Amino acid sequence: MPGAEFGAEVRSHDSTGVIDLHGEINLGADQDLAAAYEEAVRDDPRTVVLNFAGVEYINSTGIALIVGLLARARKEHRTVRAFGLSEHYRQIFAITRLSDFMGIYPDEDSAVTATAAAS
Amino acid sequence: MTTIPSNLRRVLRREPRVRPTTEPVAAPPERVEAPPVEIAPNDPLVAYFSGATGAVDIGALQLDSPALEGLREAGIKLVVPLVSQGELIGLLNLGPRRSEQEYSADDRKLLNDLAGHAAPAVRVAQLVREQEAEVRQRERIEQELRVAQLIQQQFLPHELPDLAGWKLAAYYGPAREVGGDFYDFIKLPDDQIGIVVGDVTDKGVPAALVMATTHSILRAEAPRLVAPSAVLKRVNDLLVDEMPAHMFVTCLYAVLDPATGQLRYANAGHNVPYVSTEDGVTELRATGMPLGLLPDMDYEEKQATLAPGDTVLLHSDGLAEAHNSEREMFGFPLVATLTGEASDGEVLIDRLLKELQEFTGPGVDQEDDITLVTIGRRAAGAAAPAGGGTAERELAAFEVPSEPGNERQAIDRVVEAVAGLGLAGERLERLKTAVGEATMNAIEHGNGNRPELPVEVRVVADQTDVKVRITDQGGERAIPEVEAPDLEAKLAGLQTPRGWGLFLIQNMVDGLETAVNEHHHTIELVMHLKEVPDARS
Repeated sequence: MPGAEFGAEVRSHDSTGVIDLHGEINLGADQDLAAAYEEAVRDDPRTVVLNFAGVEYINSTGIALIVGLLARARKEHRTVRAFGLSEHYRQIFAITRLSDFMGIYPDEDSAVTATAAAS
Repeated sequence: MTTIPSNLRRVLRREPRVRPTTEPVAAPPERVEAPPVEIAPNDPLVAYFSGATGAVDIGALQLDSPALEGLREAGIKLVVPLVSQGELIGLLNLGPRRSEQEYSADDRKLLNDLAGHAAPAVRVAQLVREQEAEVRQRERIEQELRVAQLIQQQFLPHELPDLAGWKLAAYYGPAREVGGDFYDFIKLPDDQIGIVVGDVTDKGVPAALVMATTHSILRAEAPRLVAPSAVLKRVNDLLVDEMPAHMFVTCLYAVLDPATGQLRYANAGHNVPYVSTEDGVTELRATGMPLGLLPDMDYEEKQATLAPGDTVLLHSDGLAEAHNSEREMFGFPLVATLTGEASDGEVLIDRLLKELQEFTGPGVDQEDDITLVTIGRRAAGAAAPAGGGTAERELAAFEVPSEPGNERQAIDRVVEAVAGLGLAGERLERLKTAVGEATMNAIEHGNGNRPELPVEVRVVADQTDVKVRITDQGGERAIPEVEAPDLEAKLAGLQTPRGWGLFLIQNMVDGLETAVNEHHHTIELVMHLKEVPDARS
């Protein structure tokens, strides 16, 4: 049964790259997610913000993709923040300790305006 | 009986009666439908029309046919057979022309053309109607199945008696077309307990209703009479007048005195229970006719004393009489042997079901209800776990082909199956994630993404837990230890970013068990129905 296909759109918000994610983050999201990150860092922002509000399902392969994205951002000395996570995925980000390396915010404004120290 | 084939029933009929000439000519033509003409399928007229090439003038027809007579009596002059793909599907019947002239060659050509166009359209309409009737019939059957299931489940015990020094376990697995299995535990005077396993012949709603009646009579009579032989005699006498023809009930009734280990029993034609003892397997035999067949029956009563460590298995036909694809039977000797090998009732039930699954193979529908009840006397010194035994009932059993993405199917089906259990919010989300991850592992690692290999999923529940068992065909695969992935190493690029599945599963559920044998690998996810504080550290 095909689920909602993954998609990602990139925009800029106060010189921060925002990636609006939607659908399912699983193996099929690999290339689109990588391309979206590429686009988001084209102007070399210090921070990339991931918007999970439209995401319905993240499986362990999806977690691995996010780990991969985070690893790359850290190598490039960029900060990654996230918002729009459901309670369940907030818990999963806590259990996997992803939230130790990626600030989790309640909404876009707080994610974009957070001071670097907070994330 | 004269019948008309259903596809001939809807013929177009029109009988313009010859009217008196005194009637004003300007009056609108009166349309009168001719009375239906019955045409038996073996009437020679059917064969004649099937082979006719166009309009048939039936006045000239010479056939020994009751239907032909009928058509003539109805005033029909001309019949145009409607033939679609060589099959006669209807008739266009015409009375005399209004002009009282004969039908002309032009008329006939027009009618033949009309029939040629109408026949396929009529056939399509007939097929649509047949299809609709089939759908209605299927819906009716499904509805009846649901009713039967509902009745059945209403009368099964919701919990097991908690007896110090004893461990009771029960399993009920309905066949798709629900049979009439039941079991019950009845509180009796002097702290004794009545234990029933029964099976109503027949299936569906009738069986469920007889089961409900038997259950109610047993509940009413057992505490009053106690002695198994007297109880079965009384139930038989009450049932015999009520029982529909060709139906009867087999039933084993036993009374346990937990203080002494004494088990008194009588048997109305049900399977003989097996007892696992230190000296091997014994049988609890007692003779008696099934309930509801004949009045005034007597039932033999016997007794046995269960020693610490003994386990009794009561079982319905659905287990021993299950067949595999070669039509071989699972068999009573195997049930007896497996009973002898089990250390404990729950283990025994699990083992029996696993062996049965391997015997019948994947994708085989269960033929009949399966009911298993075990009565185990704990070995001296064995501690009783809190909550006593567990009565497990099956909520769903299904398969998904091993293709990436099919874990979503498994998640949706499990969500459906647990809908009535009150599992909601974050706990339901956790179960969903665990089911998805375990199914993904089974698809990818167990079955190697080979769609022809099924991932089997069973959902069962007892009073406290829901359990989801996910089985793949990759037996003898080592079960990896669950380790917390090293996120720092992954972020530093020193490790693959993957490897989260098992860790996630373990952190989602309240309990995780795995089992392997030669052919299969099973992971069992356990979720408490009510959140227990500090269930996880």
